[in-house]
Amino acid sequence: MDREDLNPAQRAGVAMEAETSDLSSETMELQMGPSHPATHGTIKFNLRLDGERILACDTEVGYLHRGFAKSCEQATWTQVFPYTDRLNYASPLINNVGYALAVEKLIGVETPPRCQYIRLIMSELSRVHDHLTCCAMAASELGAITAGFYMMEAREHLMRIIEAVTGARLTVTYARIGGVKHDFPRDFSNAVSEAFQFVRRILMDCDRLISRNRIFIDRLSGIGVLSKEQAVSYGLTGPMLRSTGVSYDVRKAQPYLVYDQLEFEIPLGTHGDNYDRFICRIQEIEQSMRLVEQALKSMPLGAISIEDTRVVLPPKEKVYNSIEGLMHHFKIIIEGIHVPPGEVYQAVEGANGELGFYIVSDGGGKPYRLRVRPPSFIAMAAFREMIQGHMLADIIPTFGMINMIGGECDR
Amino acid sequence: MPTLDDPFNLDARLQGKVLEARSFLGEPVVILSPAGLLESFRSLKEDPELDFNFLMDLTVVDYLGKKSPRFEVVYHLYSHGHNHRLRVKVPLSEESPEVTSLTPLWNAADWLEREAWDMFGIRFIGHPDLRRILLYEEFQGHPLRKDYPVNQCQPRVPERDVKGTFVDEASKTKLLQLQQKWTAKT
Repeated sequence: MDREDLNPAQRAGVAMEAETSDLSSETMELQMGPSHPATHGTIKFNLRLDGERILACDTEVGYLHRGFAKSCEQATWTQVFPYTDRLNYASPLINNVGYALAVEKLIGVETPPRCQYIRLIMSELSRVHDHLTCCAMAASELGAITAGFYMMEAREHLMRIIEAVTGARLTVTYARIGGVKHDFPRDFSNAVSEAFQFVRRILMDCDRLISRNRIFIDRLSGIGVLSKEQAVSYGLTGPMLRSTGVSYDVRKAQPYLVYDQLEFEIPLGTHGDNYDRFICRIQEIEQSMRLVEQALKSMPLGAISIEDTRVVLPPKEKVYNSIEGLMHHFKIIIEGIHVPPGEVYQAVEGANGELGFYIVSDGGGKPYRLRVRPPSFIAMAAFREMIQGHMLADIIPTFGMINMIGGECDR
Repeated sequence: MPTLDDPFNLDARLQGKVLEARSFLGEPVVILSPAGLLESFRSLKEDPELDFNFLMDLTVVDYLGKKSPRFEVVYHLYSHGHNHRLRVKVPLSEESPEVTSLTPLWNAADWLEREAWDMFGIRFIGHPDLRRILLYEEFQGHPLRKDYPVNQCQPRVPERDVKGTFVDEASKTKLLQLQQKWTAKT
């Protein structure tokens, strides 16, 4: 190429190349994380680099392993709920509900309709919350701090609703076997519609700020691509799978709660790259809000938990005023609920994909074996394939769009 | 072996490999013999009427003192085309906790089998890279086995050598070589 045709920057580049042709072109090994802000402190990438290009990536997980399954085996069936909060801590309510559904299936009880609606509404609020967190973090890690803060503010509105219902922001422990802890507070519908108004406005702002922003699109599109076949082979679910165009959502495929009575769509991507994952999540927020609005309209009145005193705690009046009530209370607190022997696999659609609970009971007051199918652990297995051949800086959006949550990945 | 309830007619499809097939709470379960496991799973995956294209989950249950053989590897399969699920269980004895790896069929098996090795000490024959995944290499024992006490302590591990970064000997010599090359040029 003639040097006169080049702009000054390119000319400098050519000059530099000529002067430094003896620079080493050997590969280099680099360890990224775990104390790197974009790896959430819980993951380490052992990289082999050629310049800035990634030749191989070995992902190390487990920095947040705390023996979830072993702890659950020591706890009564009800005491497991706080542990499930700490799985995916961006949407703890979905974990609560998934575990409760699994145990209820094993016992053979069905919760009253109002309880099912409450669980559905809280799950969908958590999903909005989780997707907003994921998109906000991914945006701010790429330098779009404004959009990140906007989405964090929208998330705060949902957080306040969750706090008003459950009494906690993160460690909610809201579901119980056979029901939920308590009913919605007064003015719940108004609070939700106000929060949704705010979320919708923020999403419109963010659409203008980042979704159609040239820099943002350039950073995301065409990066971390997985084909349909690869995604299925890796067992990916949730937005990771749907971004490749495979329409699998547990809520549609094998409906639980009252998802089959409500209308919603599954947003699908086409390319299976990071941008499609981002757009899938943004569109799922709208679908989740639609679900909550429908559910609030059609929610019946009635009980929020079953009345079987072998499964749920009796009301306090009975505990203090009758011997049966007191005995039931003590039995459940000290021995735990008696779950018949057997095994069950219950899948719910978590924010990151299929969240499955495989439970083995030996008939005692404690789970014999409790296994969680963690969607983000399985997604991290595909990371190696997604990042190969891309640049070092592409790790950050790719990892951000997996939405790896340490508590769930490492358990 | 008696077949109680076999919705996928697996007894006929996988001749001689089905030890038991039944349904529990509406979930089909099949117990397969460890021999020829890869072929059994290949036919589960590739048979167009079964078409189990997802390996959703893989885990192990330790029935210490409750059942013999002691371990059961539990696979959860899902077919996206037919929207059905199947739970496959493979019993393994305490003396030789070994089973064929499913990595040739599903990429998902890679990390899930590493986790099963890490937590239960089940060896997966043919796995390309069977290392611990959630715990560290120096960890002693397999913590989710029922005979691993919940309050067990682990020995302190000496600091590991870091290879490949700019602190080790290899990089130092490499840097020296480069410096010599540059000084020789000037």
